[in-house]
Formats: sequence, structure tokens, C-alpha cells
Amino acid sequence: MREGRVQTAFIVGGISIGVAVIVFMSALLSGLQSNFVRRALTGQSHIQVLPLKEVVRPLRSDDHAWPENATTQAPLQRLKSIDQWQSAAAQINAMPDVMVVSPAVNGSALVMRGDASRAITLIGMTPELYFQIVPLPEKIVRGQAHMDVDTIFIGTDLATDLGVTVGDKLRVSAANGAINTLKVGAIFDLGNKGANSRSTFVTLRTAQSLLGMAGRVSVLDITVRDVYAAEVVAQRISTLTHLEADSWIKTNEQFFTAVHAQTTANTAIRFFVALSVGFGIASVLVVSVVQRSREIGIFRAMGITRGQILRIFLLQGGLLGMLGAISGSTMGGIALVLWQRFERNADGTVMFPLSLEPSLFFQALALATLTGLLAAFAPALRAARLDPVVAIRG
Amino acid sequence: MSIQPRPVLDMRGIVKTFNIGQPNEAEVLHGIDLTLQHGEFCAVIGPSGSGKSTLLNIVGLLDRPTRGTLAVCQQETTALNDGELTHLRGHTIGFVFQYHHLISAFSAIENVMMPMLGDAGSFNDAMRQRATVLLDSVGLLRWKDSPSTQLSGGQQQRVAVARALAMKPALILADEPTGNLDTKSADAVFELLQSVSREQGTSVLFVTHNAALSGRCDRTIEVVDGRIKP
Repeated sequence: MREGRVQTAFIVGGISIGVAVIVFMSALLSGLQSNFVRRALTGQSHIQVLPLKEVVRPLRSDDHAWPENATTQAPLQRLKSIDQWQSAAAQINAMPDVMVVSPAVNGSALVMRGDASRAITLIGMTPELYFQIVPLPEKIVRGQAHMDVDTIFIGTDLATDLGVTVGDKLRVSAANGAINTLKVGAIFDLGNKGANSRSTFVTLRTAQSLLGMAGRVSVLDITVRDVYAAEVVAQRISTLTHLEADSWIKTNEQFFTAVHAQTTANTAIRFFVALSVGFGIASVLVVSVVQRSREIGIFRAMGITRGQILRIFLLQGGLLGMLGAISGSTMGGIALVLWQRFERNADGTVMFPLSLEPSLFFQALALATLTGLLAAFAPALRAARLDPVVAIRG
Repeated sequence: MSIQPRPVLDMRGIVKTFNIGQPNEAEVLHGIDLTLQHGEFCAVIGPSGSGKSTLLNIVGLLDRPTRGTLAVCQQETTALNDGELTHLRGHTIGFVFQYHHLISAFSAIENVMMPMLGDAGSFNDAMRQRATVLLDSVGLLRWKDSPSTQLSGGQQQRVAVARALAMKPALILADEPTGNLDTKSADAVFELLQSVSREQGTSVLFVTHNAALSGRCDRTIEVVDGRIKP
């Protein structure tokens, strides 16, 4: 390495570029993925526990045989509450994977102001629990996050449609005929037009009163420690409580498939870059063995064993990989910082936050060093097997 | 009753055949018997292609004979495996080649330390001290940290002699070490080897085409057509 400085510089440069690509792509795709997941989970819980859906089964005849040509009509899914919800919530809360359990009542309603009216989804919840699941205060563009029994939080689009602002009053009418007049406490922007025009938030007690579900809840919103383990946790909850538990993975299946495809693509990119780095190191070392065969012969004549020759070339491969990884990680880190600084949204905000995890650099270092060692194995074996007489004769 | 001196090198009936079983099979050495005593300085002469280099490779444990027995420092070598041969070679035999074959990336002192790497694995202070003494003995102390490529041909060959002495070998194999040197440098290298042989009792097998130099050795053997001329 000391002798072929230019050659060493070139291969270290090549490895550096490879490692920089791995570091940059990995951080970028991981940031993009985290951003997608974060955005997907901004307005929803990781798991929703719901009462079991009503099903219809055809009646059996006296001989217990299924009737021929029986037709069943799907039943209407009326607003149902979770039976013994406090006990179910306590059971779920005791699970180690679960972080927060927030009881809520969700139902449809009509909001009116003057002649204008809009259909809305009324979400009644306990703010101190629900805000840990959906960070609504962060989305408020006007008003305060403080919520009373007579306040309602509405989205920006609904506020525009109804021409209201913070402090204005709205009449909310439920399907059962119950009507309540509520004051707009805050206006939020969830970043989604549909959500901004339909979703409204009130306290649990207000929603229970309006929807005729006093003391009852229709859903338990849950946040888990590992978002990617949500489906497994949901299945455990379902088994434990005999309730329906839907994870965000199940309800956003297409999105999750896209995330999975992106992870696969990222792994493929890493693999092929590592492969090219490996071939680069191997080719340089093969040339090095050919160029230095006489020196290898001299070493062997002087009592250096085959094992020592093998180790020298393996060490050389490992060192090349490690040096390349150090400079490549630095290059990748700088590229990420520059990307974050110059690649911005139209409004000047960061496109999405990137986290420069130290583990990524350690992984790149380990991967490149291991690749160097593996790539050096064949040339090292060739060097160790050189016949010293032939090698010295050249 | 007199005690027989123990030979450094004892080879009996050495035969070397290349390309066995192939159409171009060739027997290069035909039953060589050679004994070298402790401290003996022996010249090996003979025309090109007579088998001198093959003989030296076998004596240096770099190549194995097809038949015959070879003992170096009373150690029978024919049954040894590659690792054992390498160890024996590293500790008992020093090499000086026609071309110095120094490692160009190493300094003079690193080249001298190189044979000691077999035991130590990496350069250390003890090795550095020993190499410094050796470079001093060949008159190159001033150049010990110079890159080997910056030394003259004569200096490089003297570094090669110092390198050959690094492991205090019982036997030095010098394959035309003066072949590429001018008369003055050749003389200096020869005298250096001669003084080492006398002062340290090292046996030297000195291959040369130079009749004047071979005449100054304790003994001369002539290899002709793969046999030692009687």
C-alpha cells in the first residue's frame, strides 16, 4: 500500500464513493420513509380497537343443515360501544408494547351555521391522552389547544366553508336529533383537505352526550412503541380482548407495501454498490499480487510463512475497505448536510428531516471492512500459494 | 579418537526431475553428494544451465528434491512439511541473490529487519537494534533510514548481506551476489561475506562465474550437467 500510493489512492477513492453512495442513499431513503410514516400516522393512532361488527347468519333447519339458496343481507353497522371498555383499556394498557390508550367516541353529525351546513365526523376524546397519539396542538393554526365541554376544534377547510373563526359558535346536530351549540376553540391544519373539512374534535363527554352514548366509548385509540410491530400487537389485543383491533399497517396496506418495496430497493442498491466495491478491491489486490510476486517470493525465502502472507493481503483488503469507509462516510455525511441545506420546499422549509445516525456510519464501516476482507481472500490465497522459486525467478 | 565435526549441510544422492510424467520431463540433478562443514566458504562454479541454481534452491529449502536426502544443521528435511521447512529456512539459512531483491517500499533498516518478522509479526525495538548493528557491520549505518531505492548497487547488495545475517544463520547461500557489481563493489561484498564466515563461523555456498573470486574460497566445486565434477 505504501509503495503503490497512486493505486491505493484510486481504490480508496473508489471505495469512498461507493460507501458515500450507501450512506447518502440509506439516510435519504430512511428519512423519506420515516417522513412518510410520520405523515401517515400524524392524524391516526397506531391501532384502533373497535367493537365486533354485526354479522348475519342464516337460520338452520331442524336437521341442522344449511338451507339451500339462502341469501343473507349485510346488516347495517349502527354506532356501537365497546362492552366493558374500562376493563379492556386497562388490559391493553398493561401490555409492555403499548404506550398510550385513549378512549374515544366517533360518530357522524351535521354542523350548521346560518343556512350553511356540512356533514362532519365528530371525534370525542380525552385531550391529555389523545394529544399523545395525534399531536393536534402542533397542527393548530389559530386558537388554543385548551378544550372545554363547550368547545369544538375544526379544520381550516371547514372554517372557510362555514366562514367561521376562533370564538364563533356552531350548531352541531347528531342523527338522533340531539343538538348542541359549541364554540370554535381552535382551527387546525392536518395537511389533508378531506380531514380538514370533515374531522372535528370535542371532549369525550360532549360527544357522548351528542351521540347518545353516555358513559360509553366506540373506539380505543392506541400508540405502540414500535410502529412496525403494530399489526402483531393488534393481533395480540384482539386475542386478549375479543374485540376487533385494526393496525395502521392493515388499514394502510398499499402504503405499507410501498414502504416495504422501498426498503427492498434500498437493500438492493446497498448490495450492488458493496459488490462493486468488493470487485474493485479484489482487482487491485490481484494486480498487486502479480506485481509483487517477486517480493512475496523473497518474503517466503526469508522465512515468512504462507499464513503470514495470507494475513498481510487480508489486512491490506480490510484496511482499504476501512479507509474507504472512513472517507466515504465523511463524504456521505457532507453530502447529506448539503442536501438538507440546499434542497428545500417552495416555502423554504426542509423537505423532510434527515437523521445522521451514528449507527449508519458504523454499519458502513463494518460493511466496507468486511467487503475488503472478503474481496482480499482470493488474491491473498493466490499470494500465499506462490512458489517462492518461481516468484523470485519472476 | 577424534571427534568428527558436524556438517551444516549434508546432501546424499540428490536427484531433481522436472515435469515428471510429461513429454518434457527433464532430470536436472543426477545424484549430488555434498557436505559443507561449519564455517566453510565454498565456491560453486559451472556453466549456465548446469544446475547450480536448482542445487541452491534445494539447499535453500525453496524446492524439494525428487530423490535423495538433505540435512541442514543435522535436521533431515525430506519429511518436513511446508511450515516446518519455512521455519527451518528462516532460522538457519540466509540468502543473497544476484539482484539484491530488497523491498523497494522499505528503508534499509526495514529490509534488514524483514526476516525477523517471521517470528515477531511486526517491527519492534529489539529488531531495530539488531538491524542497526548489522548495518553498522556492513558500513551502512548512515543510510539505515534511507529508502532502499536511493542506495547504490554495491550498497544495496551490502544491505542484502546484512539482511541475510539477520537471523544469525548457520549457512548463507549467495547466488552470484557480485554478478551485477563493478569490480570494487564485488570485491567489497566478497570480503564482507568472507569476514562473516571467518568471524561468525557461518558456512557460505557462493555461486560465481568469477574465477578470481572462486580461487579465494576455501573450496571450489564445479557443477557440470547436473553432477559435481570430481
